[in-house]
Amino acid sequence: MAKLKIALYWAASCGGCEIATLAIGDKILKLAEVADIVFWPVGMDFKYADVENMADKSVDVCLFNGAIRNEENEHMAKLLRAKSKIMIAYGSCAYEGCIPGLANFYNRQMIFDRAYIETPSTDNPEKIFPQTKVKVPEGELELPELYDTVKTLAQTVDVDYFIPGCPPEERTTWLALEALIEGKLPPKGTVISHSVKALCEECPRTREEKKVKKFYRPYEIIPDPEKCLLEQGFLCYGIATRGGCEALCPQANMPCTGCYGPVEGVVDQGAHFLSALSSIIDSNDPEEIQRIIDDIPDPAGTFYRYSLPDSLLRRARIK
Amino acid sequence: MKRITIDPITRLEGHGKITIFLNEDGSVANTYLQIPELRGFEKFCEGRPAEDMPQITQRICGVCPEAHHMAATKALDDLFHVEPTSTAKKLRELLYSSFYVTDHTTHFYILAAPDFVMGPDAPPAERNILGVIAKVGLELGGAVINTRKQNHWVIQTIGGRPIHPCFGLPGGVSKAINEEERAKIEEIAKSSVEFAKLSLKVFDDVVLKNKDYLNLILSDTFTQKTYYMGLVDKNNKVNFYDGKVRVVDPEGKEFIKYAPRDYLEHVAEHVEPWTYLKFPYLKKVGWKGFVEGKNSGVYKATPLSRLNAADGMATPLAQKEYEKMYSTLGGKPAHYTLATHWARLIELLYAAERMVELSKDPEITSTDIRNIPTATPDEGVAIVEAPRGTLTHHYITDERGVIKKCNLIVGTTNNHAPLFMSIKKAAEDLIKPGIEITEGLLNHIEMSWRPYDPCMSCATHALPGQLPLEVTIYDAQGNELKKLSQGIS
Amino acid sequence: MDNFEPRIVAFCCNWCSYAGADLAGTSRIQYSPNIRVIRVMCSGRVNPLFVLKALSIGADGVLILGCHPGDCHYLEGNYKTLRRIPLLKKMLKQLGIEEERVRLEWISASEGAKFAEVANNFTQTIKNLGPSSLGPFK
Ligand code: SF4
Ligand code: SF4
Ligand code: SF4
Ligand code: FES
Repeated sequence: MAKLKIALYWAASCGGCEIATLAIGDKILKLAEVADIVFWPVGMDFKYADVENMADKSVDVCLFNGAIRNEENEHMAKLLRAKSKIMIAYGSCAYEGCIPGLANFYNRQMIFDRAYIETPSTDNPEKIFPQTKVKVPEGELELPELYDTVKTLAQTVDVDYFIPGCPPEERTTWLALEALIEGKLPPKGTVISHSVKALCEECPRTREEKKVKKFYRPYEIIPDPEKCLLEQGFLCYGIATRGGCEALCPQANMPCTGCYGPVEGVVDQGAHFLSALSSIIDSNDPEEIQRIIDDIPDPAGTFYRYSLPDSLLRRARIK
Repeated sequence: MKRITIDPITRLEGHGKITIFLNEDGSVANTYLQIPELRGFEKFCEGRPAEDMPQITQRICGVCPEAHHMAATKALDDLFHVEPTSTAKKLRELLYSSFYVTDHTTHFYILAAPDFVMGPDAPPAERNILGVIAKVGLELGGAVINTRKQNHWVIQTIGGRPIHPCFGLPGGVSKAINEEERAKIEEIAKSSVEFAKLSLKVFDDVVLKNKDYLNLILSDTFTQKTYYMGLVDKNNKVNFYDGKVRVVDPEGKEFIKYAPRDYLEHVAEHVEPWTYLKFPYLKKVGWKGFVEGKNSGVYKATPLSRLNAADGMATPLAQKEYEKMYSTLGGKPAHYTLATHWARLIELLYAAERMVELSKDPEITSTDIRNIPTATPDEGVAIVEAPRGTLTHHYITDERGVIKKCNLIVGTTNNHAPLFMSIKKAAEDLIKPGIEITEGLLNHIEMSWRPYDPCMSCATHALPGQLPLEVTIYDAQGNELKKLSQGIS
Repeated sequence: MDNFEPRIVAFCCNWCSYAGADLAGTSRIQYSPNIRVIRVMCSGRVNPLFVLKALSIGADGVLILGCHPGDCHYLEGNYKTLRRIPLLKKMLKQLGIEEERVRLEWISASEGAKFAEVANNFTQTIKNLGPSSLGPFK
């Protein structure tokens, strides 16, 4: 059998997914037997022209991490889509926009103003902003245009599979690679993880009845090490997050923040968590309910911590 | 005018593009380094709960998330006016030292070593970790993998997750370690010390004993005289986790020493229209453009800078190596950017030694890991040394601890001006009328950048992971290696 | 702006509010034609997702109408709603959507007049606010 040709690319990414992509330990051996890396700008000496010269559909699989934030990201996403038979959104940024997608609370101008004018260490009396085209004495320099809105990969090109996580755990990556290697591909559009259910199913903490009179922030109290964090009033996102990571954060006494994305069939992770949370509030009195809700300082930023670009509203409206 | 573009610069963290303009006669007219990305963390952190900052800001960089996690966590201590417990501080520093071991290992073997070991003129397909392993031997390759793997275990055990840890809280950490874990960490720390010693020996054998390489290090092309910045402890020894920022001038004299809260008096950032990344400089000297010397506010914050800015290392073996380096390089400060690789190995040894000390500390397994804040949050600043430079986090919140303003001066950014200048200088020195522009030549130019930041840890994760595959490759006298390289290119 | 005719979605629970709306109709009480009624079995069935979906595809306002507290046919359904909607509104506000665009009201089967009043009043509120700014993305 011919070796699989794999391309790896990062768009607007922190690099964590790059690390995770191949952090599959000894199993890399097995992968190397069956796959060749044909494009990987981060780890090897390649230039963009190398991709442009490839024939269409000559790459078997493209593992694409990072969100679409500017012109260059979009260009590469389209180029790699054309060159690849299978396009995989790898990690939360490509899949749902992730934490960098919180930029969708603001727009480009607000981000520019903060970065290049307002920050107290910035010294920019002439109010210079980066430009997409700049004349310098020797010629013209170009920068890719930064978009107002962070987009997911699937909002940009057709995507075949999604691998959740920020970054995906080793076991999740391997699950996907194994399917590719063995040619046992799930139906198009599948989110590849060990679980389709909520993270709570694999969390070792004990659950009783969830009823909460007060929400706590993680620094306010020390949680009981055995009991469900949500039942103790922490905003643990496990209840609305796809399982697969084996509950790493709750095991470290920290609430899950939702990086594995929505459970199967849920279209808007934030709305799902909102629903789940409001149903455990232990009150029927409007004033008391309001008081309890006031314990949550940043509902939008918490419920959409990883998925604002992929949510129904996609971004905040700015007047 | 002719234009050469190196796009993207490979083996580095973040995206980057170098454009070199040539004159008609083929000499260099000017060089530009452009960073095409901005993600806007300083804006979108506004409105978020302060306690989430360790986990939010680490998504700036998945290569050094621990640095952001640590700077943010310490900024929370300051913001909430709470002193962490002694054990919490030690656990944080232990994780951080372990992180330094992995990061410096990655950098040296994956990013820097290909240039030194294979030679900058080797074909691109061989100029990677596979080539390095083929040349220096599998045993070392195995040690590289093992060191990284074990230290990742340490990071996950203390920090909760292997990439993007989740344990930092104002006043402490979320989880303690037990005796069994401690014992294993001590063992890993000890073997990391051995690994660091071995790495310094490799550097000695391959680089220092080779006159050509030593000359390359000492050459004018890779020399740059600037101010140097680094975090120091109360004895002016290098420290990664805590202390004051010390800056020395190009002659090595202390210029300033400041506490994190005073950073705005000392550092400012300049903006250019052709790149998204700003250029920090020393406020008291001023921005004089992309020039070296005492009259220019340009400073560096690299491993070599930290050694230049300090009076020594706080652990015995690292101190010995520190002395050796400066005596070989002809004294302090050293202005040779390629010596940054050497300094990095000395820091690797220090980090490993520090791990041993902390893992043996009787307090390290205590469960007294958190102090609960009681004061009203308002403003917090913290500084740590990220492997790629001094990292500053500054937050202002409302009385409920929701971020109103956030300012970040990130590791790599510190070195933006000097690395731009290094690239420019290398281009001017190497591209001359009548000289053919080869791959190797362009790589020499990229080499001028790598000492600062080329950090792609992922590279390490990937290719050394393939090491067992190299067994076959090696046995077949490199044939397989060649084949794989062909597959790659 | 003057001739802005808002599109408003009203989720009405089957047992009280829908009957109330019906009553308004059969009693020939005039109410705003901008209201599009969607019948659900219980206000508790109105997943926040429905509201977001309505807003995302062009609704300028969303009404959620249920039985008075204590009268829910499914006993607890409207209490669930009572807890959800304030949290949803708080979240929407952060996303730049005025809280007034979403309103929760209790309307019994006999309150045809109240239904009309709420419908008219809400339509006026939305008219004053202007069109929802949910536009295309850049
Ligand atoms: S998903 Fe997380 S780890 Fe991956 S690139 Fe985005 S921020 Fe980094
Ligand atoms: S809510 Fe959190 S702590 Fe509770 S069971 Fe689910 S994942 Fe575990
Ligand atoms: S517990 Fe939640 S946030 Fe943590 S790794 Fe798992 S899915 Fe991600
Ligand atoms: S049936 Fe009317 S609110 Fe539940």
